[in-house]
Amino acid sequence: MESTTRDFRENAFEARRDPQLQDALKRLGHGFPLKRRQAAARLPEFERLRDQAREIKDHVLENLDFYLERFEERVTEQGGQVHWATDAEAARQTILEICRKAGAKTVTKSKSMIGEEIAINDFLEDHDVEPIETDLGEYIIQLRHEPPSHIIAPAIHLSMGQVEETFREKHKDLPADRLLDDPEKLLTEARTQLREKFIAADVGLTGANMLIAETGSNVLVTNEGNADLTYSLPRVHIVIASLEKIVPTLEDATAILRVLARSATGQEMSVYTTFCTGPRREGDLDGPDEYHVVLLDNGRSELLGSEFQEMLRCIRCGACLNHCPVYGTVGGHAYGWVYSGPMGAVLIPGLIGIDEAGHLPNASTLCGRCESVCPMRIPLPRMLRAWRARQFERQGTGTAGRWALKAWAFLARRPWAYRRLMGWGVALMGAMGRGRGRFRRLPLASGWTNTRDLAAPEGDTFIQQWHKGPRGDASGERLRRRG
Amino acid sequence: MTARDQILGRLKRGLGRDRRPTDSAEARLAARSAGIIPERGADKSAEEKFSQFAEEAGKVDATLQRIASLTELPAAVADYLAGHNLPKTVRVAPSLENAPWETQPMLERAVGIAVGADTVGLSRAFAGVAETGTLVFLSGPDNPTTVNFLPPTHIAVLRADDLAGSYEQVWARIRAEGGENGGKTQLPRAVNWVTGPSRTADIEQTLLLGAHGPQRLHIVVVDDDT
Repeated sequence: MESTTRDFRENAFEARRDPQLQDALKRLGHGFPLKRRQAAARLPEFERLRDQAREIKDHVLENLDFYLERFEERVTEQGGQVHWATDAEAARQTILEICRKAGAKTVTKSKSMIGEEIAINDFLEDHDVEPIETDLGEYIIQLRHEPPSHIIAPAIHLSMGQVEETFREKHKDLPADRLLDDPEKLLTEARTQLREKFIAADVGLTGANMLIAETGSNVLVTNEGNADLTYSLPRVHIVIASLEKIVPTLEDATAILRVLARSATGQEMSVYTTFCTGPRREGDLDGPDEYHVVLLDNGRSELLGSEFQEMLRCIRCGACLNHCPVYGTVGGHAYGWVYSGPMGAVLIPGLIGIDEAGHLPNASTLCGRCESVCPMRIPLPRMLRAWRARQFERQGTGTAGRWALKAWAFLARRPWAYRRLMGWGVALMGAMGRGRGRFRRLPLASGWTNTRDLAAPEGDTFIQQWHKGPRGDASGERLRRRG
Repeated sequence: MTARDQILGRLKRGLGRDRRPTDSAEARLAARSAGIIPERGADKSAEEKFSQFAEEAGKVDATLQRIASLTELPAAVADYLAGHNLPKTVRVAPSLENAPWETQPMLERAVGIAVGADTVGLSRAFAGVAETGTLVFLSGPDNPTTVNFLPPTHIAVLRADDLAGSYEQVWARIRAEGGENGGKTQLPRAVNWVTGPSRTADIEQTLLLGAHGPQRLHIVVVDDDT
């Protein structure tokens, strides 16, 4: 997918002015965090399960090559095929080739972030293969030619009215005077439309929540059941997954599943969790004749061994998005690429480069909510700071910013100079603001004063006041002695 | 150089070695040890497992009934269909062909894979997990996967003896009952965990049942399955 990450500032401003988006984000901010909290409270072992999940994935990353080779071996033994793809283009070509060999006209798709990452839909369309998204949210945004705005709720940015509008525009063969005034009717219409497509599709393309080295299986987690119709009805099943999705055993996959849904939607377990292993077996009455797994690198191997390695623990639950004040204000599209929120702000620079995605690690207050809810305990704030440091090293920070930082560093290392300068500044501002007690406008601080007043200081810095002690009493003196 | 060599080479370089000793990874694959199993997933008496399973399944909008033996199944299915004003036709997985269907002559049956027009699917679960009210289905000649997903109503038959406390117990049972070959776990083509009927909240976060999979999930627990 083409990124518009460079325009993050503009995107963010626009998002703030979109009332429908703001309504949707408000709903999101109330719903998911509450449900997660309740789910965590219901399971006394939840925090220990998070530790365990982190340990599993750390072990996997230290042995990634081994587990991938084992996985390939197991898939092959059971009649499936593994295809390795270094980048998005290689993955697209591989998928197209499989589709062509299968003589595929239509491909049903179960939501896959990797599918978004390699922009497989546009590519297939350009090559006369029709891709059909089957997750309800993903189907809606495909009709609207929009990218997902949330990992697990791709159409979270849309109102019911917008969905109705889209269905009326795209489902032309249906009576124009039909009622579509509640979510139930919209769902029924989408379900009916998609049913025939499920049955007619030649290829089913799914992502993978995990890959299991022990068995050569892929794990699929959905609530709708669309993934299950996607892999069980067509003649060919293609799985597209990135390298770090691998886990060692069924037990390890199970351990991670215990934290996945609880962190994502607050469910104890998602409705459908599926373990697919190879093609149809002898005697089976249904299931695909071919089973392919496309393993995508696309920059991930470069993160291994770097200070961003821990990002590869991510299981895409969306908890960090749901709890992020920045995501909650601007939504997913502002980030300008496939991923968003704190995990996106760390992962996107890793995949498309810090020069392209430099705004993202800076669009954070580093409040730490993301890390506190991440089921895999990924230190997202630390990595956001690491990207900022890299950006500074690469001269990615603007000239004014660099000078300001250098000046500040000079002063911060010389407390006497810092205090004297602050003393002058505060005294000057105190004198200037004496009448009103606040500033309507202040040179060099228009970023603040354009939208609000700045309270004027009283004339002394904090340290000066500290040394004087509180007016008219000696408690300041006492405090100082104790401290 | 193939893409495979390129990727594996980069991984090995990233991990700072040519070939890391993989003893701990080998050991992990061989041990397949269970990690933390929450208290609620602990094994317990058959009755306790049943009541926990029933409660959890109810929380996720599944319905449940208990019958003494498979001889009661045809009547239970017929009653359920009548109670929900559903047409009297059922897509039956071959694994349930042996129930005494002749006792319900009005019930129309089709055996085999599900097709788009089917309204009700009847299949047999391999196990139930009390921890979360989850059913486990294994694909095979007797249990086509599509029966679990395509018809809008799904009736699942579960032997009371097949109730487990945790998912891990089910994995162990799959391995013990032929899912293991020379130390390697051999899963059926599809293992499906089903926890309640299909749902979505993709439109304004409104929860709706029956997105693509079944809108209704009815679980029939059978005490004696001989």
